[in-house]
Amino acid sequence: MTDARTIRFTLNGAPVSVSVMPHETLIEMLSLRLELKGARESCGQGLCGCCTVYVNGKSVSSCLYLAQLVDGAKVVTIEGINDGAELDPVQQAFIEVGAFQCGFCTPGFIMMARELLDVHPNPTEDEIRHYLIGNLCRCSAYPEIVEAVKLAARRRAAGTTPALAEELSA
Amino acid sequence: MVALMPVGNIGRSVPRLESRAKVMGQAEYTHHLRLPGMLYGKIFRSTLPHALIKSVDTSAAKAVEGVFRVVTIDDIRTVIPHPYYGPAFHDQPVLADGKVRFAGEPVAVVLASDPRVAEYAASLITAEYEELPAVLDEVEAATSDICVHDELKPAATFPDLQHLKGRRGTNVALDYRLVRGNVEEAFAAADHVFEHTFRCQQAMHTPMEPFVSIADVRDGRMTLHTASQGPSFVRIEMARLLGWPENRVRVKVPHLGGGFGGKLYIKLEALVTSLSLLVQRPVKISLTMEEQFFMVTKHACTFTIKSGVNNDGKVVARKCRILWNGGAYADIGPRVTQKAGFTSAGPYDIDNVEIESLAVYTNRPPAGALRGFGAPQAAWAYECHTDLIAEALNFDKIEFRRQNLLQEGRPQASGTPVHDAAFEKAMDQVADRLDWHKPFDRGNGRIRRGRGLAVGIKGITSPTTSVAIVNLYGDGSCGLYIGTVDMGQGSDTVMAQIVAEVLGLDAEAVHVIHPDTDVTPYDMGTLGSRSTFHMGTAVRLAAEDVLRKIDDLAKELGLPPNSNLPVSEMLRKKYGMQAGNIIGTGSFIPDYKKPDPETGQTPKATPFWGVGANGAEVEIDTETGEIKIVKLVSVVDAGVAINPRAVRQQVSGAAIMQMGFTMTENMVFRDGQLTNGSLADYKIPSLLDMPEQFVNEYVESRQHSGPFGAKGTGESSTIALSPAIGNAIADAIGVHLTDLPLTQESIFRAIQKKNGTPLPEDDND
Repeated sequence: MTDARTIRFTLNGAPVSVSVMPHETLIEMLSLRLELKGARESCGQGLCGCCTVYVNGKSVSSCLYLAQLVDGAKVVTIEGINDGAELDPVQQAFIEVGAFQCGFCTPGFIMMARELLDVHPNPTEDEIRHYLIGNLCRCSAYPEIVEAVKLAARRRAAGTTPALAEELSA
Repeated sequence: MVALMPVGNIGRSVPRLESRAKVMGQAEYTHHLRLPGMLYGKIFRSTLPHALIKSVDTSAAKAVEGVFRVVTIDDIRTVIPHPYYGPAFHDQPVLADGKVRFAGEPVAVVLASDPRVAEYAASLITAEYEELPAVLDEVEAATSDICVHDELKPAATFPDLQHLKGRRGTNVALDYRLVRGNVEEAFAAADHVFEHTFRCQQAMHTPMEPFVSIADVRDGRMTLHTASQGPSFVRIEMARLLGWPENRVRVKVPHLGGGFGGKLYIKLEALVTSLSLLVQRPVKISLTMEEQFFMVTKHACTFTIKSGVNNDGKVVARKCRILWNGGAYADIGPRVTQKAGFTSAGPYDIDNVEIESLAVYTNRPPAGALRGFGAPQAAWAYECHTDLIAEALNFDKIEFRRQNLLQEGRPQASGTPVHDAAFEKAMDQVADRLDWHKPFDRGNGRIRRGRGLAVGIKGITSPTTSVAIVNLYGDGSCGLYIGTVDMGQGSDTVMAQIVAEVLGLDAEAVHVIHPDTDVTPYDMGTLGSRSTFHMGTAVRLAAEDVLRKIDDLAKELGLPPNSNLPVSEMLRKKYGMQAGNIIGTGSFIPDYKKPDPETGQTPKATPFWGVGANGAEVEIDTETGEIKIVKLVSVVDAGVAINPRAVRQQVSGAAIMQMGFTMTENMVFRDGQLTNGSLADYKIPSLLDMPEQFVNEYVESRQHSGPFGAKGTGESSTIALSPAIGNAIADAIGVHLTDLPLTQESIFRAIQKKNGTPLPEDDND
């Protein structure tokens, strides 16, 4: 196999440099080299959303994204969406509504739901369903996920939570 | 006894204890785990459904830089002399042994430190086969000359399979029978006799965390980290395979990313155990989503059901014959065959019943347990059959059911009296939510509407044991040690609620120690809706044991009765410092009486009954067959709901999953090859498949033998959901579909056939 190359990028606000192979995907680099656990490879085909992360403020399926392409980019994972002390409003809403069972797909849903609320701060139920169509939950916590997104939208509109992380303003 | 403060843990929707970890992406799954020095295994799989292996060429794979070793069954045999496993039959080789029995069966494994290297090298392996004729259909396999196995090898642990030992020339791996009364005489005397045949398709669990296991042999012990629903069974079976005592095998299970019955018994554990023993390094195998289709599946089946019915609406006789497509290895299929078999006449009070339920080997990927243990396949037949009878005799569908439903104290087909099973109440609640008694507009143009309902019954695997340990530490805080696996159903939280209720704590303050067979006591497995009832009872008993020991300690310390001195103070008095433990244990096994081998009759077939009723309202475009589920209703009997939100989520999650098995999910085979084994082609429900109106409820009830009146409910809404939809379709278009899944194509074909314009391939009768 070909040689590794060192790339530099921002991961959850901190600069990192990693040596990666040309064939290595972003999810492989994040989980195997950087030991992050929030994004998970499940279908490996970009169909289930379990591996969703942000690259330069846009959601990507990290199982289909080559690691070397994030050279110079800003990468944000579920580990980087809150300050540690306080949860993101979407995370908080997922807990309050109980919008997960096994939790394996949950980070992916939360990442997409946050992006949705940036694009549509007050989404209709239909908009929620369509925006999250690329995320699958086999436990089928779908009714609660929709409710959690609505709750998070209300919270964000009311400004009851800290301003959203600026990492999305790429 | 120490006086208790009522704290109200029961009936409270306590958020999952691990909520914060899950939304932060920090919950532990085997998926992430890596050990120092670990090798990754990638599997080379057979390309034929049935063939003798002439040779396997691993030379190109071995030559790849970074490959540690390439392993076949010959290597495995150097460390495990008899490398065959399985819960019911010791029929499954760790790797294919001279023969492959389904396309996709593991033949060789490449080990490397880099999973990409292992994957690449595995792609270079080739095998030469002598192809054998394959048998794929269960009806054909039941009498075929083509035998998947030369000889049946039942495991010693299943006494009811011992009569099959050494049997040759057959694919039938269990021939379960139940006889009650005399069906033939009753058919002859009945006013009407109906017979129909129904089919269910093969489907797959599709957990989002694909199967993954790690084995780590060192210092004469084997440690497994595995995404398993049954750590105790894994230890027992691995100890047997290794010829070691149980205490040299340790099985650890963190959270599971979904299980649904798939991650039971032995999956990758035997393979990684053998590999680790062979190379003396930790070995991890993670399947891809595509590979999951070759691990374990949901049984396809063919069910012929025949009923004698009198003019007054009484069902007087029923004969059931079910052939279960078990695939190439039995897994737990014989138990599915038996357990689903004994309730396959439905939740009805019928004097004359004959049931024949056969587990059949075929050259397909193995089938095992999947959320309902065969009960949903059985209900697909008996509840569509119920509507067909009602329609033919012009009976009201609800009143016909009501007249025949099992009432409290009446014997089920096995002879076991029914207690605490709210069939009628659940059915009436479904009818109410469907506005069943109000006029309903079925439409008369292109769009037709229909509604249907169905009621299901399930027996619970029995007898099974759960053991729990409750440990109060020196400061009085509480740890709960259980082998129940939290795979998303919320068992950690519910068990904490039970402990907390007994001990007067808050559930949120209880720490649940995840399964680790070095630490947590035996549990038969997290399966078949058994945990709340069985482990819940063991946990309650363990907590009560703690109360007794606190009481004893108070006496020992000479405290006045009801002193209410905190446990931490009592321990401090005893030991002079913050030290010590109060350890309570509880174990539970329900009463059970083995069924008579000839008649299947027993007074105690199950510790409780699974009860679910479902209803559906559909809208069908008669020109295209397109179907919309407008409303989907599930009502279950959960006994007392310990955690109401968790119960509703089980009802709702199971309903959507079963909706997938009803509408879209289907493993399609051509010449024995799976053609749609990926999420791109095998469609599980998404947010857009949610019914417009989606109702999930439980009835007011009590399971008198359950902990705080509770019973299990993880499967109840799956049982009768398919026939509720099937009956709604029939109500809309006037024709009953007999085969799952109920796709747009099958609906369109049925409409065309009914209209006298069948599609060419349907024009055969």
